[in-house]
Amino acid sequence: MKIDSLYEKPVLFALAAVVVISVGTLVTTFIPLFLPSTQPVSPLFKPYTAVETEGRDIYIREGCNNCHTQTVRPLRAEVARYGDYSRAEESAWDRPFLWGSRRTGPDLARAGGKYPDAWHYRHTANPQAMFEKSNMPAYPWLAKAKLDTSLTARKVKTLGFGYDEAEVARQLADFRQTVAAPTYPSAQVRSQVTPAGLRGEITELDALVAYLQKLGRDLKAARKPAAGAATAGADGSKNPYTGNHDAEEEGEKIFKENCVSCHGENGAGGFGPKLATTAHKFGGSDADLFASVAGGRPGGMPAFLPQLGKERIWKAVAYIRHLEREGR
Amino acid sequence: MGNGARSDSIVRGFALSSVFWLLVGLVLGLWLAAEMVYPSLNLAPWLAYGRLRVVHTNGLVYGFTIAGIFACSYYILEKLTRTPLAFPGLAKAQLWMFNIAIALAALSLFAGWNTSKEYAELEWPLDIVVVVLWVMFAVNVMGTLVKRREKQMYVSLWFLIACVVTVAVVYILNNLAIPVSLSKSYSAYAGVNDANVQWWFGHNAVASVFTFPILAMFYYFLPKSTGLPIYSHRLSIIAFWSLVFGYLWTGAHHLMLTPVPEWIQTVALAFSLFLIAPSWASVINGFYTMNGNWDQMKSNYLVKFFILGITFYGLQTIQGPTQAIRVLSAHLHYTEYIPGHVHMGTMGWVTMVITASMYFMMTKISGREIHSVKLANVHFWLILVGQLLFTVTLWIAGIVQGAMWKATNPDGSLAYTFLDSVAAMYPYWTVRLLGGLLYFAGIAVFAYNLYMTSRLKARAV
Repeated sequence: MKIDSLYEKPVLFALAAVVVISVGTLVTTFIPLFLPSTQPVSPLFKPYTAVETEGRDIYIREGCNNCHTQTVRPLRAEVARYGDYSRAEESAWDRPFLWGSRRTGPDLARAGGKYPDAWHYRHTANPQAMFEKSNMPAYPWLAKAKLDTSLTARKVKTLGFGYDEAEVARQLADFRQTVAAPTYPSAQVRSQVTPAGLRGEITELDALVAYLQKLGRDLKAARKPAAGAATAGADGSKNPYTGNHDAEEEGEKIFKENCVSCHGENGAGGFGPKLATTAHKFGGSDADLFASVAGGRPGGMPAFLPQLGKERIWKAVAYIRHLEREGR
Repeated sequence: MGNGARSDSIVRGFALSSVFWLLVGLVLGLWLAAEMVYPSLNLAPWLAYGRLRVVHTNGLVYGFTIAGIFACSYYILEKLTRTPLAFPGLAKAQLWMFNIAIALAALSLFAGWNTSKEYAELEWPLDIVVVVLWVMFAVNVMGTLVKRREKQMYVSLWFLIACVVTVAVVYILNNLAIPVSLSKSYSAYAGVNDANVQWWFGHNAVASVFTFPILAMFYYFLPKSTGLPIYSHRLSIIAFWSLVFGYLWTGAHHLMLTPVPEWIQTVALAFSLFLIAPSWASVINGFYTMNGNWDQMKSNYLVKFFILGITFYGLQTIQGPTQAIRVLSAHLHYTEYIPGHVHMGTMGWVTMVITASMYFMMTKISGREIHSVKLANVHFWLILVGQLLFTVTLWIAGIVQGAMWKATNPDGSLAYTFLDSVAAMYPYWTVRLLGGLLYFAGIAVFAYNLYMTSRLKARAV
């Protein structure tokens, strides 16, 4: 057969085109589907709860993935900014994957446990109230919509999460009780953004926040904090900037950029404890304050050492001392 | 008139539908560009940013580009086969169904029916409609080719066949999902596999929608509007097969440094660099076709659209592969550089070629000269300047943004917070909005000019 005759036979030509596009498809896409190494599974990474599943679906519905990624690349600056790099195992339960392609906003793969729920309630409802220069659009209506749980059991079953309808109902009831209780640590801010009629229900925002708090949680639990990282250079040491007025001024700038959104203007308190006081929740020595900022504390204080470095943390601590004096 | 007269109304219908969805998609684009600077434009759930962005991309890919492809394909098909469309009734039904489907698709995305997989966001009921529409198209293309009276198939028809089969394969495989309700389904693939399949689709949607059919138009309308034969038939053959072969390997360059297996990333990188050769074969074919006749850039209002279009295609196919290189991906991925890259392809290459092709077809169908050459020139300069302002600004913005994300102090801590990098973007986002406004003005001039041309009655034979 003369090769030129291919250009005279449209059906044969179409079949030839299918064969030609199939080679790369088979090698790079189809065969990897059957290699366990493509999507390894580990018991360390758990499926989503019923509420987290619904929260994830709201994230999908609202197209959050258009502006937020969920993959931390193994690059030095990226690990310093967001946290540990993403592992394949973390995505094993994800249908669809939500890695995203654009960071108009920050990566969220390590958002879980970074801030208290209250932070997310306020931020989602009005981001500019917390960060004036942010261009995150406000989604106040999520707190005003009751979560539709009519399909939850079917969703969980379809996704193969391994628990039954009764367990779904139990999880939903438990969650509802938790967020509606006056003892819920973020109760005050939640009730500020949630209409009175829905405070006893699960709202779409409740579910979304639950989902965000799950991101990266299993990896953090699986990896013990690197020994000494939090207190590096702080054991028993004194702040080199004590009484240094210039350093206090720099510390003020650092404080305004990184701390005000939670600890309030002049450290008057907010989601985070009041800092304009000598009675600090986790200890008031130089070493204690350094450790709190550098390594974070349970309940929503993130670790700032990778982002700020030692010098700037000491300057921030110097400014906190200044606030203590003002607060007296 | 010739054999094609019967489907002139179908070509005209798809062309005008295409322009309509182009205008809609661009208005949404402007809204989004403004919202980047003024987030308070997030007015209501149905108009929220995350939903609007999806309507913008889908509206322009499926509404504008696909309708443009249908219009040009049917026109080219009849001319190159010297045969009327095999099933004109089917094409007419396809035109109506297409517009209803795009309207429903937009509504469903506004309502939040969204799978989240980029450019494959439509939920399963609409996926089925898209597949049915594509089968209707394929039946007409293959049917007309089988019945054709011209023995040899010209290169435009090869690209058309490649478009038909590739869209079918990648669209169906990436959209496989398990429904839980009418408006909700879960991907058939999990995690890393889902990512890998998605970007295999994502990149080959670019190949089979923004490349193959646009090259088909280029190879047909450039010679037609200049009266010059394409420079090298042999080069077209080599370019065609290596392009179609190479594209399918490159999807994972969208997933550099993610948990996707490293060998898949590296294979994608290698083939991305390889693709420069067949891409530039078409660029060279286009430029050499003009050899000795470059004065037509001035004397023939259509030529500059095609030549600037293929130039942006050439730049695009250099820029794309370089972005696949790991160290550059590390700096540029996730930044504004990427939307800058995408918009050079869509606003420069795709729209230049489709709008010029529509001028050509509409003058042939109406049997008269274009309504206004002067307005066509205004259209050209506005979309050229608007696009350059838009894309170059975003490239610079992306480089700045990537640098701010990476910058560290001597002690290894980060020099900028994420918010610092957002604040630094506002001037760039404002200029991007201005570029978009200029571009939109150019497209509005085009729409007016094309509509006026289409209204001119056919000359008496």
